[in-house]
Amino acid sequence: MTKKAELAIQAATTAAAPVLRAHSPEVSAARARRWGAFFYAEQVLRVMKGYGWTIVMYGVGQPVAYLFAMGVGLATLVQANGAGVFGGVSYLTFIAPALLISSAVMTAANEFTFPVMDGFKWRRVYYGPHASPLTPEQIAGGQIIAVTVRFLLQSAIYCAVVALFGASPGAWGWVSILIATLAGLSFGLPLMAYAATIKEDRGQFAMVMRFIVMPLFLFSGTFFPLDTLPLGVRWIGWISPIWHGTELGRVVSYGYEEEPWLTIVHLVFLLGLAAVGWVLTKRQFAKRMAS
Amino acid sequence: MRVSELASKESPVSSPSDAALQYVITAENLTKRYGDVTAVDGISFRVPAGEAFGLLGPNGAGKSTTMKMIGGVSQRTSGSLSIMGLDPEQHGPEVRAHLGVVPQQDNLDEELKVRDNLLVYGRYFGLPMSYLKPKADELLEFAQLTDKAKSKVDALSGGMKRRLTIARSLINEPRILLLDEPTTGLDPQARHILWDRLFRLKEQGVTLILTTHYMDEAEQLCDRLIVVDKGKIMAEGSPASLIREYSTREVLELRFGSERNASVGAELDGIGERLETLPDRVLIYAHDGEAALEQVTARGLRPVTSLVRRSSLEDVFLRLTGRSLVD
Repeated sequence: MTKKAELAIQAATTAAAPVLRAHSPEVSAARARRWGAFFYAEQVLRVMKGYGWTIVMYGVGQPVAYLFAMGVGLATLVQANGAGVFGGVSYLTFIAPALLISSAVMTAANEFTFPVMDGFKWRRVYYGPHASPLTPEQIAGGQIIAVTVRFLLQSAIYCAVVALFGASPGAWGWVSILIATLAGLSFGLPLMAYAATIKEDRGQFAMVMRFIVMPLFLFSGTFFPLDTLPLGVRWIGWISPIWHGTELGRVVSYGYEEEPWLTIVHLVFLLGLAAVGWVLTKRQFAKRMAS
Repeated sequence: MRVSELASKESPVSSPSDAALQYVITAENLTKRYGDVTAVDGISFRVPAGEAFGLLGPNGAGKSTTMKMIGGVSQRTSGSLSIMGLDPEQHGPEVRAHLGVVPQQDNLDEELKVRDNLLVYGRYFGLPMSYLKPKADELLEFAQLTDKAKSKVDALSGGMKRRLTIARSLINEPRILLLDEPTTGLDPQARHILWDRLFRLKEQGVTLILTTHYMDEAEQLCDRLIVVDKGKIMAEGSPASLIREYSTREVLELRFGSERNASVGAELDGIGERLETLPDRVLIYAHDGEAALEQVTARGLRPVTSLVRRSSLEDVFLRLTGRSLVD
């Protein structure tokens, strides 16, 4: 329906009744079809506002702890022994993009697991909007939009904190905020699709944290370049959104030199994983809500 | 057709001519299968605007499944279904925009405050805040929750949560309200408050579709209902006409103690029109219950307790299926 027709219908319904009147179901449906995902995102963001402080602390507190421990404490040791490995930049500068990306991925591991379980099973919050004009795909999309907002906000806070620590990013440093968001989605969306299949909580999410997120965090070139690892474990980095994101983050924040084709591989990998995750999530949401 | 006859006779908004009758819901041979299980087995019904229409049946009869299909959230296996002239499978958002839905299980957002639950829900319909804020206050008043507006949902009692769910379902001013077991799990007082609210909606011309396994609820609220069992319609009509058709005016309930109930049956033969022996009591269906009781005592039988009451939909269900509504 065109905007004009929508307005015309609305005008007709409001003209007929001067008191408080809802617009017609046709207008509701037309708006929901166009903006439904954003309507649901609004709800999720309102809920997030309730734990806004946790989000800020996650954005500030956790990276500060790591930056202090690694970038200041460990750095003195590292730089005294093998500064050359880090491409001529300080250790703090080297790990700053990695911590940004890792923090987004860990947020994804939270936001795309328990809330999904909550939506389908615990408090069944998805089934409220499901009875409204919104579609299951839009409910999934709305949650993703809201978490994306969180990624952006949290990453921006992080970048500001890093700048205070003195690892001031280059002119393109702000792009790493987008890269962190993309990395969060590329890890988070396949996880969301998986979370939507879970009917019974048997600690699967804790397993994901321990046996997927943690190894990825440790072996993704986070604290040392990936090629210092033996080939036997290097593949962990290759399939890790954290590694692909971190490498991109290094390129934009301090001009880390890598082959241009590799930069493209990172981007394609992250976008591809997010796209596959989105398709699977949409399908799983529609399937589960119809059953 | 019988459905339309009943509808035109008994629907409060029906006009004298059948042609002018507007059906808001039409189901023909509606069927839903989950694998080998047939939850809804070819049911047909029509609901005219403004009617309070009930689906009465025990748990697992297929009532909720039918409601989900009407609500445009579950796809039918076969048959046809039209809500306000639209097929919910092709026009899901449009159909759902017409409806207010009160699900069997509350799914309020417990992390949001009471009033915010209404605002957020209204946004799903693209309604502007300038409409939603005064509307939310109006609905809280209607649901008798004004003083709880700023409370967390957690802090509400079961009855209050139900009323909030009903308030939420009205945020888009739907002309059709679907209520799936609206008072299950509530105490009697909370149920009466809720019924009162539903009556008011009915007076405003809102079409009510409700499922229940409480016969008193069906009798109180429904203009017309279908009795459903194992996915099939067993009978349909107004509560009064169903009772007239399938039961006697009165029922005499006798308890002889759990051991004797079954054996005493033969001795009661010939009293009343029909006899029903249940594990805990014997029911004698008769036009005049007191007279039946006199006959019982005249035969020298001494029940532990006796009770004469009017027939209810419970008796209709027992007659139709041989089972009680509530297990």
